[in-house]
Amino acid sequence: MIYFNNVSKIYKDAVALEDVTFTVEAGEFVSIVGHSGAGKTTLTKMILAEENPSEGTVFFESLDVNKIKNKDLTKLRRRIGVVFQDYKLLSNKTAYENIAFAMEAVGKTEEEIASDVPHVLELVDLGHRISHFPNQMSGGEQQRLAIARAIINQPELIIADEPTGNLDPVNTHEIVQILKKINDFGTTVILTTHNRGVIESVDKRVITMENGKITRDTKHNK
Amino acid sequence: MAITTLRRIIKGGFLNFKRNGLVSWAAVLVVTITLSVITLIIFLQAVLHFSLTQIKDKVDVTIYFTTDAPEDKIMLLKTSLEQLPEVAQVSYTSREDALKIFRDRHSNDYPTIQALDEIGDNPLGAYLNVKAKEVSQYENIANFMKSDNTLVLGSSSIIDKVNYHQNKLVIDRLNTIISSAQKLGFLITLLLVIISIIITFNTIRLTIFISKEEIGVMRLVGASKMHVRGPFMIEGAIYGIIATIITILLFLPVTAWLGRNMTDFLGINMYDYYISNFFQIFIMLFLSGVALGIVSSFLAVRKYLNK
Repeated sequence: MIYFNNVSKIYKDAVALEDVTFTVEAGEFVSIVGHSGAGKTTLTKMILAEENPSEGTVFFESLDVNKIKNKDLTKLRRRIGVVFQDYKLLSNKTAYENIAFAMEAVGKTEEEIASDVPHVLELVDLGHRISHFPNQMSGGEQQRLAIARAIINQPELIIADEPTGNLDPVNTHEIVQILKKINDFGTTVILTTHNRGVIESVDKRVITMENGKITRDTKHNK
Repeated sequence: MAITTLRRIIKGGFLNFKRNGLVSWAAVLVVTITLSVITLIIFLQAVLHFSLTQIKDKVDVTIYFTTDAPEDKIMLLKTSLEQLPEVAQVSYTSREDALKIFRDRHSNDYPTIQALDEIGDNPLGAYLNVKAKEVSQYENIANFMKSDNTLVLGSSSIIDKVNYHQNKLVIDRLNTIISSAQKLGFLITLLLVIISIIITFNTIRLTIFISKEEIGVMRLVGASKMHVRGPFMIEGAIYGIIATIITILLFLPVTAWLGRNMTDFLGINMYDYYISNFFQIFIMLFLSGVALGIVSSFLAVRKYLNK
């Protein structure tokens, strides 16, 4: 599903990624672990075409992500749900509207929105928060809302970039369980973290990164 | 589909406006100030225009004829003058009327009347009063009169004098004043409008700067450019609409006061002017306000849209 071929990224003098090659199959749950600055976030940004590689290619199925046109960019992003460490919710919209916005963006009808939004909020255990604004919610609740928004359009891939970075262990555990549940439904999940505990509770394929290089991939037992 | 999108965009604009609260009203205030400046300029131009027409109206050229000039020849000249494209109006005063006017004007001046009575005969000649369309055109008309033109043969023999040259200095000076007043007015207008537009643009940019992060998030969620930009443009249009209403209402008491207290000074009743041009002014402010809001928002969002 995702193919990184000899990808390097160089910011002026600093090397963010160096000769990274790996593939992710559909339906996989891949955790990418590494210290801050190891290149995890750069990696996820390349899948979203937020960053272009200096060398090498990134493919999303048959789509060459760095050669994508502006119009297709929107289409690509609709196939990927993203969860960030800092949630990135729309602060002047309620929980309901945050999710409705993502549905409106792909052109869903009012009826679909009205029936799907409460359902997905229930799924992340936020049924009682439907008309609250993000700043009226706790960190864990905001992150669950962000996940609800990421999955509402049934994307093929969920990218969760340090989703538990700002959360306490209880909330972290909840988020991991939700992501595992999403993966069980058949959605591919890429999770980045620097928290060993998260990886142990996921217990799936782990790619370890150091200084822009992949040093270990449990799939290949390197 | 397209209608649903449009409805969502409009609804989003209204929601943004409501939820931005104080920031929205700050933007409305700034647009209101801009529109007020435009309205004041419209009024100023009206006052200037009015006083200039009044002054221009007082300028004329009079052609005095000799006492023995036959009336049919004078009338012939009048007709040919009226055919000149520069001439707005020609009025004829006969010898008898001239005498009557003279007597009326000097009715309290006993020695003059007595002297007039002593002469017995009417010493005054008939005259033509010529008004040009533009002050600058009097010279042409005066030159036309001086030349022994082909239109009226021998007309120069019956003309006693043309008072253009006595008036020339005044006319010339007036000409310079009028044209520089118009130029200066235009320049000040342009400057004020540009300043207000820049201030408004920057205020709206600041309101959108607050949403900078959100614009990026909307794009990441997969919203098209128009879906992100639309609500901001609607919000800009709302600023314009509300500001227009505030401005138009604000100027009702202002012009009423000006009409009651300043009509003599300005030479024109501002309230009457405002009411009789209400619709044009409203449309002008409405279009300026809405265009200002939409264009500013469009440009401000564009900066953050191209990630």
